[in-house]
Amino acid sequence: MKYAYYPGCSLRESAREFDVSVRAVMERLGAELEEIPDWTCCGASAVASLDERLALGLPARNLALAERASPGLDILAPCSACYLNLLTAQRAIRTSREARAEAGELLSAEGLSAPAKGGTVRHLLDVLINDAPPEAIRDQVVRPLTGLRVAPYYGCQILRPFRVFDDPERPSSMEPILTALGADIHPWNMGGRCCGASLMATHKETALVHVGEILRAAARTDPAAEENAGDAEDAARGADVIVTVCPMCQMNLEAYQGQALRAREGGKPVTVLYLTQLMGAAMGLAPEKTLLDKSLAVTGSFRSRLAGLKEPSAPLAQEA
Amino acid sequence: MRNEQTPFTLDTAQRELEAIREMVRPCMQCGTCTASCPNAFAMKDPPRTLWRLLLLGFEEEVLAHGPFWMCSSCYTCALRCPRGLPLTEAMAALRRLAARRFPRTAGRNAAFYETFMDNVRRYGRVQETALMTSYFLAMKNPFLPLEYAPLGLRMLGKGKLHGPSAAQKGELQPLFDKAAHKGERP
Repeated sequence: MKYAYYPGCSLRESAREFDVSVRAVMERLGAELEEIPDWTCCGASAVASLDERLALGLPARNLALAERASPGLDILAPCSACYLNLLTAQRAIRTSREARAEAGELLSAEGLSAPAKGGTVRHLLDVLINDAPPEAIRDQVVRPLTGLRVAPYYGCQILRPFRVFDDPERPSSMEPILTALGADIHPWNMGGRCCGASLMATHKETALVHVGEILRAAARTDPAAEENAGDAEDAARGADVIVTVCPMCQMNLEAYQGQALRAREGGKPVTVLYLTQLMGAAMGLAPEKTLLDKSLAVTGSFRSRLAGLKEPSAPLAQEA
Repeated sequence: MRNEQTPFTLDTAQRELEAIREMVRPCMQCGTCTASCPNAFAMKDPPRTLWRLLLLGFEEEVLAHGPFWMCSSCYTCALRCPRGLPLTEAMAALRRLAARRFPRTAGRNAAFYETFMDNVRRYGRVQETALMTSYFLAMKNPFLPLEYAPLGLRMLGKGKLHGPSAAQKGELQPLFDKAAHKGERP
């Protein structure tokens, strides 16, 4: 497994812990990442609202650089917004002669040509579930997350508008991974619900409604746990952690918890981590590879629950 | 960045508007989009109404109200539309049109996106700390930085705020110039 790697701007800034944990987890799974040289911004959630030509040109530039430096390799993007922008441009260039000509014209300023061939743009989650079988992940787990209740949060852009590797209405692709880590899955229907995205900057009051609803759903009692364990109090604790695969979802859910919870009743603070941080913890990766300390929402009860898990066994000792 | 653009004429506006109308022309007013939209509660004209107003020729009202600024691009409407219309794209096209046709009313909404793209043009990769500083300046609201101060301090504590990196500086200027001077589509 070898990929052209497009980290994207957030992973160099507020989402450093995503970048570091993605690289560490992928290495553990035997994958090799070739970072695209000189990559630049994909246009994020802003460009489509302003300029149609740049919405094609910015991602096309990165695709062209990837094609030149790592011909034929699939392009791995951990950020959902980068993934969607790169994929939208790639599909337009591959299917429309007009878009291909326009991309060529825009990129000619730098002596690049329209990325016509090259590997396919793929999101981290797609690669994790389709290129690494759950057994390969389970083989790396040294500290199973037994009893940890995880709420998988997918966000919008990896699910819609393109149906690529999951159901756009009822996503479930993270579940085999979480099961391989030994965790329990918090039953909820908020996985594909919008977090408010960039409305958090332009219309915060509206975005906070979404964050509040997601947090309240995470705090709800798990009926299955109540029935199986017969421990109503334990079941009532809801999810221990929400996992995300997008820096914007992560930021909205972790940084604005206080404000979202104050706006309406119900819900409580909950830990929010990137999927790869949690995978890293289960794989016994060193703290500087999971960077839990960088996360803005990690509760005390989550820390003690994590610390209470079975001590890492042999494979970690070997590494140390 | 805006003033480097090709001059914006009423003709262009009409053409862009007509293209948006074409996107939603087959709309049969079933309301699946409004029912699916997580932000409909915050819109003056929710999606179904918006398409109808556009097709009936009330574009001035639509552009002035600006419900499309409340779209968070979750694509649920486009996914569920029984006619398969590109509704999320239509929302983005309306934002592009409004930002140029009504820069004054669009200002508060477009400011963040404008500041964002300016940051990208200058630094190549988004520099978050510099972005937020420019955004506060663009909004000319003395209370806005205060609103973000607690988060800023928490991020500072986590080592997540830093000065802009010059590693990719100016890399995108040629692409931005090309996009700005390419002229209108035929």
